[in-house]
Amino acid sequence: MTTSAPSVSAVSPSALAVEHVSHAYGARKALDDVSFAVEPGIFAVLLGLNGAGKSTLFSIVTHLYASRGGKVRIFGHDVARESGAALAELGVVFQSRTLDPDLTVEQNMLYQGALHGMSGAQARQRGRDLVARVGLADRLKDRVRQLSGGQQRRIEIARALLHGPRLVLLDEPTAGLDIKARADILTLTRRLVDEDRVGILWTTHLVDEIRPEDKVIVLHKGRVLAADSARAVIAAAGADSIGEAFTKLTRGGGDDA
Amino acid sequence: MSAAASPARRPFGLAAYGHVLAGVVWRESLRFLHQRERFVSALVRPLVWLFIFAAGFRQTLGISIIPPYETYVLYDVYITPGLIAMIQLFNGMQSSLSMVYDREMGSMRMLLVSPAPRWFLLTSKLLAGVAVSILQVYAYLVIAWFWDIEPPTWWGYLTILPALILSGLMLGALGMVLSSLIKQLENFAGVMNFVIFPMFFASSALYPLWRVQEGSPWLATVCWLNPFTYAVELIRFAFWGKLDLFSLAVVLGCTIVFLAAAVIAYDPSRGMLMRRGG
Repeated sequence: MTTSAPSVSAVSPSALAVEHVSHAYGARKALDDVSFAVEPGIFAVLLGLNGAGKSTLFSIVTHLYASRGGKVRIFGHDVARESGAALAELGVVFQSRTLDPDLTVEQNMLYQGALHGMSGAQARQRGRDLVARVGLADRLKDRVRQLSGGQQRRIEIARALLHGPRLVLLDEPTAGLDIKARADILTLTRRLVDEDRVGILWTTHLVDEIRPEDKVIVLHKGRVLAADSARAVIAAAGADSIGEAFTKLTRGGGDDA
Repeated sequence: MSAAASPARRPFGLAAYGHVLAGVVWRESLRFLHQRERFVSALVRPLVWLFIFAAGFRQTLGISIIPPYETYVLYDVYITPGLIAMIQLFNGMQSSLSMVYDREMGSMRMLLVSPAPRWFLLTSKLLAGVAVSILQVYAYLVIAWFWDIEPPTWWGYLTILPALILSGLMLGALGMVLSSLIKQLENFAGVMNFVIFPMFFASSALYPLWRVQEGSPWLATVCWLNPFTYAVELIRFAFWGKLDLFSLAVVLGCTIVFLAAAVIAYDPSRGMLMRRGG
């Protein structure tokens, strides 16, 4: 039996649908009725200060733990109930470094491939292609430890793409990088959207990483204050820039760091 | 080529499970081989006991003939199964704790975003730790052989293997449960004081329980209730080419219970992972 291409239904599901997700650690509410959607193949930015609830949301979307209320769907698959199917569509770049520094780039790729049930040959081939794609073909046999921070990030992006996900989550991927490396990572990620139609959800607190056509989800103190294109968010707030719009939106709750 | 050219999306088949397990074990072994200090300290620890402690006690402690031994054995021979179990105990606690704390948190998250079921990922991780502990045990046995510690027949080196797999699983799963339940055990010194030492000393690793019974009946009771005792006895009998059914049953039962508890602890909807999020 051959598997046919997924039929195009009248309403194709969002790459990511977060529906009424709430979460609390004890009495502290980290997420309060959060809802938004990320359409397939777009560059979306989750914008929020530290402590806004980005990490909690990230952990719930990646199925590290379940939300107290609400649902998360990835291409229509409920993360809590069909986690296998949901996670197969998802690539992740965590904020903390998760490559094995003592292993080579290629060994890291092979390990990731195995985790996604790929054979060694398949993972080797695809890993090589993707490492070339992020411009580090000559570093394939080098230990990760020998790579710069920016290079490691690029390898992490290549690794997140290994199993061919249609949505990639990046949690503050430019944190701790210099200006040049930051620009490189951003350019590389935007190319994935433009050339390969990979959907991206990029979390950050830096407004200068946002373009007018990007979808922006403003998360503040566990609540979604806006979820639209940056252009529309700016217009709705009556601001001149996304930075100003963010300040206006989050004003009134100014007791945070 | 396109980054999005996704490999045909198939359901997670048997081969995929195999790739996951093989990958996790392969990576753990590679990492272990890179960490020479860990290998050396894992080997030195039991050897210190063997060369110093056992040598000292050889004269003062006579071991009478108890199963599985059919002849009088030296004290070094008697404590070898205990030291083997100690290697596995240390290894199990170490790998389970490092899994959660330190920089490992990141790679643990990487593991858990795999589409494979979580119980399978955790079991694979445990088996990988067991594989590493078995490498350590055989390295120890090679050195012990030069010290004239060997089973009655060469078969002992083979019959000990299933016992090592099972006891390694039990101790690794225990480490996993402890690391998730007890927040105070965040550093290894705490684990040494409150888990490793009590488990090791209150067991049949260093002295036969009938001797403990003579000295302190309540301590003997504690030893009898300690699952580690049965891991030691299972290994002791297996090394001598014999099977102690009761130890097997206890170790098997404890493995299942600890493993189930570990899976529950790592369950996304309740476990300890939540408390650490932020």
